[in-house]
Amino acid sequence: MTIRTEPMTVNVGPQHPSTHGVFRVRITFDGEEIVEVEPVFGYLHRGTEKLAEERNYVQIVTLTDRLDYTSSMINNQAYCLAVEKLLGVEPPPRAKYLRTLTAELQRIASHLIAVGFFVQELGALGTPLMYGFRSRERILELFEMLCGARITVSYMRPGGVFADAPREFWPALDRFLSDFPGEFAEMEQLLLENEILMVRTRGVSPLPPEIAVNSSVSGPVLRASGVNWDWRKQEPYDAYDAVEFDVPVGANWDNYDRFWVRMQEVHQSLRIINQCVAQIEPGPVRLDLPLVLRPAAGREAYGRVEASKGELGFYLVSDGGIAPYRCKIRSPSLINLTVIEHLLLGWKLADMIVSLGSVDINMGEVDR
Amino acid sequence: MNCQLAPDNILYGNGLYRLLYDAAGTLLPCWLAYLAAGLVIIFILVNGVLLGAAVITWTERRLLGRFQNRVGPNRWGPFGLLQPIADLFKLLTKEDLTPAGADRIVFALVPIAMVAPLILMTAVIPFAQNTALASLNVGVLYLLAISSVTTIAIFMAGWSSNNRYAMFGAARAVAVLISYEVPVVLSLLGVVMVAGSMSLGQVVEAQALPFLLVQPLAFFVFLAGMSAELNRTPFDVAEAESEIIAGYHTEYSGIKFALIQAAEFGGVVVVSAIVATLFLGGWSGPLSEYLGWLWFLLKTGVVVFLFIWIRATYPRLRIDQIMAFSWKFLLPLSLINLLAVSLEVFFLRGETGQLTATDLGIMTGINLVLAVAAIAFFGNLIRRRVKFETRRPAQNVVPGVSTIEVS
Repeated sequence: MTIRTEPMTVNVGPQHPSTHGVFRVRITFDGEEIVEVEPVFGYLHRGTEKLAEERNYVQIVTLTDRLDYTSSMINNQAYCLAVEKLLGVEPPPRAKYLRTLTAELQRIASHLIAVGFFVQELGALGTPLMYGFRSRERILELFEMLCGARITVSYMRPGGVFADAPREFWPALDRFLSDFPGEFAEMEQLLLENEILMVRTRGVSPLPPEIAVNSSVSGPVLRASGVNWDWRKQEPYDAYDAVEFDVPVGANWDNYDRFWVRMQEVHQSLRIINQCVAQIEPGPVRLDLPLVLRPAAGREAYGRVEASKGELGFYLVSDGGIAPYRCKIRSPSLINLTVIEHLLLGWKLADMIVSLGSVDINMGEVDR
Repeated sequence: MNCQLAPDNILYGNGLYRLLYDAAGTLLPCWLAYLAAGLVIIFILVNGVLLGAAVITWTERRLLGRFQNRVGPNRWGPFGLLQPIADLFKLLTKEDLTPAGADRIVFALVPIAMVAPLILMTAVIPFAQNTALASLNVGVLYLLAISSVTTIAIFMAGWSSNNRYAMFGAARAVAVLISYEVPVVLSLLGVVMVAGSMSLGQVVEAQALPFLLVQPLAFFVFLAGMSAELNRTPFDVAEAESEIIAGYHTEYSGIKFALIQAAEFGGVVVVSAIVATLFLGGWSGPLSEYLGWLWFLLKTGVVVFLFIWIRATYPRLRIDQIMAFSWKFLLPLSLINLLAVSLEVFFLRGETGQLTATDLGIMTGINLVLAVAAIAFFGNLIRRRVKFETRRPAQNVVPGVSTIEVS
């Protein structure tokens, strides 16, 4: 005897506890199994690219904070690099080191959130998330010392950074650097070899390197798929050519590897920060550029960085005015989201949330 | 009037009941005194469970706060102790919504159907010497039967809500609860066999050594099965908030939601009390004639703490893994426990059919070794099925290792 069953379509989101903001995906389930996926986004569209055409080059920095609000420093960096390419200038060395240092601090904060919510979606009622937030809080306090803001920092400027670090910043950073490895070790101890976490994520939703490369996926998701590709290595910007670090690469391409790569990258970021602290020397932190920048007409530039979620690029076209003629943002979350169908099809409802968390999307960046 | 309770009455064992019955019997006709005394005890039990649930909500939130480097509720009353009352008032003032397309009668019945079994379960639990409301001689069977009613309530909630997440939660809950019934029942058989009785009072008296030591396997299976029945991590698929919002009670609001939450936390109290009774020796302990209630509360508190600790630590399993855990791991363990205990009882019992404390000591030794071996063996079996390496190869961190060339 066969029992007649029929598929059921569920709108997961935009109001859902774990879609990382207002992401909506229409999923057709056969029992618990996913048979059809249709992502729908645009609920957080704020017209950032159009707004950029109405503001001058320095003002746009504040718009970039609001793209991926968990890694605003890195967004600042990508935009400033693009403007500097457009102008053909280079910031002073101290500014480069400060940028590298803050970007890596931001990467740690962003990865802590990514890992925390990833495990939260596995059902671990907040404990790992709170462990992550404890350390992230200290990073945000460091940012507050630098620029007065915690999330929307706007710390970097075309041609350097907004201001040199205050005197209290360095002892505070030292304290963080000595405490953080212990705090992070607690998190690793709880998670890395957690049996339930492993059975839930090992072998689930593998993303083969061919598909990852063909879909332009970047960042930890790409590296977890076994592709050794990191813009900090491939095309070093700021002070990355002066520091040593490794690129962790996944071997099984699955959810666990995406989580594992992020955990390892935190260690590498710490290495970079320590080297920056050792190498940084006194000097100017900002070029003496005019307040209102006017790049030559017809020039265009593409600045990119390895953001915490992947390749973040700003493509700027100048018409000689005070605002860019066009500002196109290549956001990693949106491009990484294109493999969602491949990740979800055939897996179960519970895996869907976890795979979504393993890609680590941020809707502020997807919809822009 | 002079009313006498027959010694074969199931309520005869309860000292307080007899006292009340005698007192009321001087004023009222016997049948009315019987009812009145019963109602007083029921009033105490109902309030005990609901107050216990309130205390657990506070304890859980405070303890979770501690586990997570947070403070937890600490504003209202000393140490935030009045927080449950504030929560209750907040929920009472909320609008009581019934979704369009819901089956209104079934939808409204669910909170009652969830709270009632809990309160019924407390009827047979001995809180101290001679305090069980009814000293049923089939107490264990009664507990198992009543606890299964919750399944129906959960399914009613999922089905009547006209919500797809609720439907998911209900389907999952039914699958989980039904498969965990089997190992739980089998694990309790061992307890009944050693105690030689299904009456909870006699199970407590039989525990010269706590059954936690005598039958560690049964304790483990029972605890795991009960966390599944209570929908607590790592088995909380029925209301997995990160997947299906709130599961079967997604559509509930206001006082109905409060009752469902009360049933959930009350469930923790009642199940902890049952675990304390069956496996930790209940009210027995030094000076148990006077301080039995204190021992009972202490042991219950320890089990509650264990539940909260597990909840704070573990992620959730997937539904198929939960089923596999039940059928491939817990069921064999409970069968092994049953076999071992029945053989031991058969060979060790004296001519009167009773087990002495020495017999229990021998059983403890054998069963502890057996438990470690069985858990290791079956644990490895289901682990190998899942196939994962416990440690990553170190060379992965070295740059330049890639499986694909990107030009």
